Amino acid sequence: MAVDERFARDFEDSAEEQVLGTRNEIITGPVSDWSTDFSHLEPEWAADPYPIQDDLRQRCPIAHTDRFGGGWLPVRYEDVAAVAYDTDRFSSRSIIMGNFRPPRDIAPIGGSPPISSDPPFHHDARKLLLPAFTKTAVTRQEPATRAYCHALIDAFDGQDVVDAAADYAQHIPMRVIADMMGFPPEDGPQFRRFVENTLEGVNLQPEERIERMQALFEYILDQVHDHLDNPRDDLTTYLINAELYGSKLTADHVTGAMVLLLIAGIDTSWSAIGSSLWHLAKTPADRERLMADRGLLPTAMEEFLRAYAPVTMARLVKDDMHWHGVDMKADDWILLSFPAANRDPAQFDRAAEVVIDREVNRHAAFGLGIHRCLGSHLARMELRVALEVWLDRIPEFSLADPGAVTWSAGQIRGPRTLPLRIG
Amino acid sequence: MRVRIDSEKCQGHGRCYDLAPELFGDDEEGFGQVLGDGKVTPDTENQARLAVANCPERAIELIEES
Ligand code: HEM
Ligand code: SF4
Repeated sequence: MAVDERFARDFEDSAEEQVLGTRNEIITGPVSDWSTDFSHLEPEWAADPYPIQDDLRQRCPIAHTDRFGGGWLPVRYEDVAAVAYDTDRFSSRSIIMGNFRPPRDIAPIGGSPPISSDPPFHHDARKLLLPAFTKTAVTRQEPATRAYCHALIDAFDGQDVVDAAADYAQHIPMRVIADMMGFPPEDGPQFRRFVENTLEGVNLQPEERIERMQALFEYILDQVHDHLDNPRDDLTTYLINAELYGSKLTADHVTGAMVLLLIAGIDTSWSAIGSSLWHLAKTPADRERLMADRGLLPTAMEEFLRAYAPVTMARLVKDDMHWHGVDMKADDWILLSFPAANRDPAQFDRAAEVVIDREVNRHAAFGLGIHRCLGSHLARMELRVALEVWLDRIPEFSLADPGAVTWSAGQIRGPRTLPLRIG
Repeated sequence: MRVRIDSEKCQGHGRCYDLAPELFGDDEEGFGQVLGDGKVTPDTENQARLAVANCPERAIELIEES
């Protein structure tokens, strides 16, 4: 067994570098005015962000907040696209808008390449991963995904009401990504905690966040060691052996990319599957139409992705500048709301409605430009298979208790409790 | 008419090869590729227009030939 010095145990200590960077005062509590004090972490936003975004689009259209050390929220498609394309002025050094900004010199690589990377490094880090995530490559996961969806529904056995978010949607992406990474399938529940900490723990105290991140890196490092001992055909072994500029990747790059793949694929697909089932449960006409014409599913799915786009990203402004009518300061956040872009009436007819046979649908749920979701083909496969199996097995379903549905707060939005009546 | 992909703009969303599999395929990194000479026939014209209208990066062009 070869020893790989890159992953010596003291490498873990480097996670403490995380402490460098700048922190600001944590401000929570009700928002006074969404155009001057917005917060994507307040319950009102989690429950229903669309009326807020629609209102801002009419009167603002780039909102500001002093929370999180200062940030901006564009809500028009045109502005969101302009930020996504302008990697000269907006950095991906951090893509989670919170109370911590990593040091500037972490760019252009960032903590979890390629999502945290800027050009020119981004291109090369992304290129390493592209072949594993093409439509053709992810098709290999489809039979196992389908079998797993059936197994989840088998387990509903006899229940009249099930939680489609916690007992169905959640498990599908966890299992798929665990398989692809070569992690033990039974570790799913742990992933749930990691995701919560990374994406939803934004307003926690710094010490607590760091401690929790450390647990995630320890888990990842255990997996790396397991793969060093027993190399196999999966993404972990691939990353350990991958080369860039003529040498193996640094340990930080390997573990950062592994964390990214684990985190980026779970909450996101979970949310997309959950929102789609939620829509169908509360809209019998759409559900019946889809049952009668299953060929419509791919088109309907794109519409669910548009209307309930789960993912909002963030950027950091590189230098002070006047941009689209506002004065931005270096290190201000941009909350990059693909969901808001997807509901801009200037871009979409009947933008506020869910039109399941919408044929022209140039939505931005998977982002725009160089960071286009690396997992988009995988996510679309998961969503399609999850819905196909559900509709085959449970053609009749409805919201058991609309008031009991809960939504995640923060940058990934989807149902987290979704009681459906199925019997 | 022919279809063309601007490879500077294409980011590999794959809407083209989903919607118009007779005209587009993917390469080994998932970027869109025009199949063959990209000629659009009356049978594939609707597919071609859908691909153009749905590409998130506006990377696909329909070129009229004289
Ligand atoms: C419906 C589900 C999903 C949605 C809506 C979604 C959305 C997004 C968006 C909007 C971005 C752009 C980030 C940016 O501009 O900064 C992104 C990037 C990314 N996504 Fe997804 N995602 C989903 C599922 C997945 C899955 C299943 C994976 C698989 C591991 C994944 C992996 C990634 C990665 C690695 C990136 C970074 C790409 C880069 O920076 O080049 N995503 N995703
Ligand atoms: S839809 Fe557009 S961006 Fe996507 S692969 Fe085709 S040409 Fe490229």
